[in-house]
Amino acid sequence: MRQCPDYLYEYMQEFLDGDIPAEHDRVLKEHLRTCKDCRDYFYELKRTEMFIKSLANVHAPDGFTDEVLNRLPKAAKKARLRHWFSHHPFLTAAAIFLLLMSGSTFSAWTDNHEDFSVTKQPDLIIKNDTAIVPEGKTINGDIVVRNGSIRIEGKVDGDVTVINGEKYIASAGEVTGDIQEINQLFEWIWFDIKNKVSQWIKIFDGKSEEEKDFQ
Amino acid sequence: MEELVKRKIKEIHRGNKNAFGDIVEFYKDKVFQICFRMVGNRSEAEDIAQETFIRAYINIGNYNMDKKFSTWLYRIATNLCIDRLRKKKADYSLDAEVTGTEGLTMYSQIPSADPLPEDAVAFMELQDFLQRELLALPEKYRTAIILKYMEELSLNEISEILDLPVGTVKTHIHRGREALRKRLRHL
Repeated sequence: MRQCPDYLYEYMQEFLDGDIPAEHDRVLKEHLRTCKDCRDYFYELKRTEMFIKSLANVHAPDGFTDEVLNRLPKAAKKARLRHWFSHHPFLTAAAIFLLLMSGSTFSAWTDNHEDFSVTKQPDLIIKNDTAIVPEGKTINGDIVVRNGSIRIEGKVDGDVTVINGEKYIASAGEVTGDIQEINQLFEWIWFDIKNKVSQWIKIFDGKSEEEKDFQ
Repeated sequence: MEELVKRKIKEIHRGNKNAFGDIVEFYKDKVFQICFRMVGNRSEAEDIAQETFIRAYINIGNYNMDKKFSTWLYRIATNLCIDRLRKKKADYSLDAEVTGTEGLTMYSQIPSADPLPEDAVAFMELQDFLQRELLALPEKYRTAIILKYMEELSLNEISEILDLPVGTVKTHIHRGREALRKRLRHL
């Protein structure tokens, strides 16, 4: 079937690829004018191309897009998170830090959730789950009450903090410092963080003071 | 077109799922066509085409915006088709039958109670015949031929999609074209 030199068939392929060099194009066209076998061969190739192109009429089935979107959700969240993490490494680190910190805070909150506790102070009376500052007495120092209430009939020379409880202040009662009631988990977290931070600041300040002492 | 697609992809990065729906709409016919002509079976092609878009969505973070989106997408599609064909070959290596055409071509999907004009029947028979000839080609020639003649892609794009040198793509197209010429010359 192929009786002419191989390069002519290569030129035909080059022609069909659309990148035939001008010289090859000239040689091929000149040859096709005189050789009927090659003309037929070339015609068959062109017809093959046409047949194959005629297959380009396929459409996706109805509802295809909806079906794809329905199959996405689970993958979607993962993809979005992964993308977000990889593009925000600093925020990711910060988020993990906060998560771990709030984790310990959360367990601190739940661990302490059951038990009533109160800062030990002389003159402070404990009745059931209520701490009482008796009338006419003065307590020097801060009081923290967890999972209970405080009734202040006398005077507190310091801060009063009530966690998961209530405070009652009698008309004669007096607190010289701050009074705080913490009932929500969120507030507790905030309180815990504030305390931790102020502890760190104290340590830092303490150090710098020590350094000063050395000088 | 590519600009519009890239804008949509930025929206997807921001978590807008509807933007991905638009992308699927743009490319569904082309991706389905690649899959259908590769495996020759509609339901299987639909499955692979859906998988293509799902993978694209999951891995959208790996798509390099400097490149053409369609190249990346078609690459996922052709890889999935080739994987599927290899798996099928392993599963059915004892059946000598031509795989993929069982009862699911366009012609056989038309209800028989609904007679069609003769021309339409002839056209569909021809299409079925051509599809079978395409399936008879070795995979690597078939892939190159489909991308060139049905998706009308340039040799450079095909070379990127298939991760092959342009010269190799050319060889595959030449051999595919020559094999089909031999089989179709008497039509």
